[in-house]
Amino acid sequence: MKSHVWRPLVVVLVVIALVLVARKFLVPADFGVGARGYMYGWHRAGNEQQWKDVKVKYKTAAFCKDCHPDKYDEMKESPHRNINCENCHGPALNHPDDPRSLTIDRSRELCARCHTRLPYPNSGRGVMKGIDPTTHNVGLDCVTCHWPHDPRKEGHKR
Amino acid sequence: MISRRSFCKKSLLIAGGLAIPLSCLELFDPKRLLAEKDDTGARWVFLVDTRKCVGCGFCVKGCKVENEVPYDANVTRTWVERYIVTKDGKTHIDSPKGARDGFPNKGIDIGHGRLEEIKDDDIEKAFFVPKLCNQCDNPPCVQVCPVGATYQTADGVVLVDRSWCIGCGYCIMGCPYGVRFFHPVFHVAEKCNFCYHRITKGMQTACVDSCAFGARRVGNLRDPEDPVTRVIMTERVNVLKEEYGTKPQVFYLGLSKEVK
Repeated sequence: MKSHVWRPLVVVLVVIALVLVARKFLVPADFGVGARGYMYGWHRAGNEQQWKDVKVKYKTAAFCKDCHPDKYDEMKESPHRNINCENCHGPALNHPDDPRSLTIDRSRELCARCHTRLPYPNSGRGVMKGIDPTTHNVGLDCVTCHWPHDPRKEGHKR
Repeated sequence: MISRRSFCKKSLLIAGGLAIPLSCLELFDPKRLLAEKDDTGARWVFLVDTRKCVGCGFCVKGCKVENEVPYDANVTRTWVERYIVTKDGKTHIDSPKGARDGFPNKGIDIGHGRLEEIKDDDIEKAFFVPKLCNQCDNPPCVQVCPVGATYQTADGVVLVDRSWCIGCGYCIMGCPYGVRFFHPVFHVAEKCNFCYHRITKGMQTACVDSCAFGARRVGNLRDPEDPVTRVIMTERVNVLKEEYGTKPQVFYLGLSKEVK
């Protein structure tokens, strides 16, 4: 080690040591321990749990059923039976603790998503009951005349 | 003074040593081997029935709210495309705002707020195709991620580690399906993850729950009794861009040749 030729080697070793020490602090313990090798397992395993812990916002009609059985039953008997409550009432979120967190959408546009008449015979859309929103009672909300929980019944009169 | 012979010997030794991958020095670990063989968990797959989709876009709305994708930004984890094939052989495709508000117009959105009107009599066939991340078995986005932020879980879902992503965009370029985008709030790569927080709790994804027509379904391919698995095994299903070798795990019923 007396030769000046070897001196850069010391520098290189010090740099490598620094990188290894820095890596020890920066790389989490669960990084790269996946079962599928470096191609698919090179990740922070703990992140899977973080994704599992994301809050569920839409709680499905089964959640609404317990407190609103009348509405639920009415819907299940109607042609709208397959539509989830939250599609129009917004995600249940903190409801019932915070009733105002529900964002009920009574707009014409919501109904028009399915009931704008589109003549497409090759999709389910072609057989749906539809109207032309540019001519059918323009300016009125659909719920004025049609009761959304059971469209066969008459709607609100405001 | 180092001799020429000694220099050559040592160089060869160092080069040879460097050539040995670290994995060669790893001891045999039965646990790891078992982990690699483990196929007891789920393998999440998706089934889309294009014949049932009516283009209402409730799935897109539900997805955006559930997964906190900014509602008014023109990005979305899933979207619905409208295909209209006219009698002159042309295919017209649009997906205004990813069909977040459905398809409120008969006209085809050709950008800049303009609509191309198509006469009802000219339509040969028209249908809607929902799209989402294919959760490929051989995901190119995972392979190109330089930092291991995009990865595949044992149950087949590809996830993005938001705290690890450096926003280089390789995955966005690498995905042949264009399902990836930058999240405008978190400034990292974003994609559909089959509502991982819902399916791992035994729930359906937000888009499946929002769909009133049964056009979207999620299932477990490792469960032979799963109704989705049965359909995939017994019906004529198709996948998108099979030629890329990504082995997509979103299966389509009633797919037409116009769909790319």
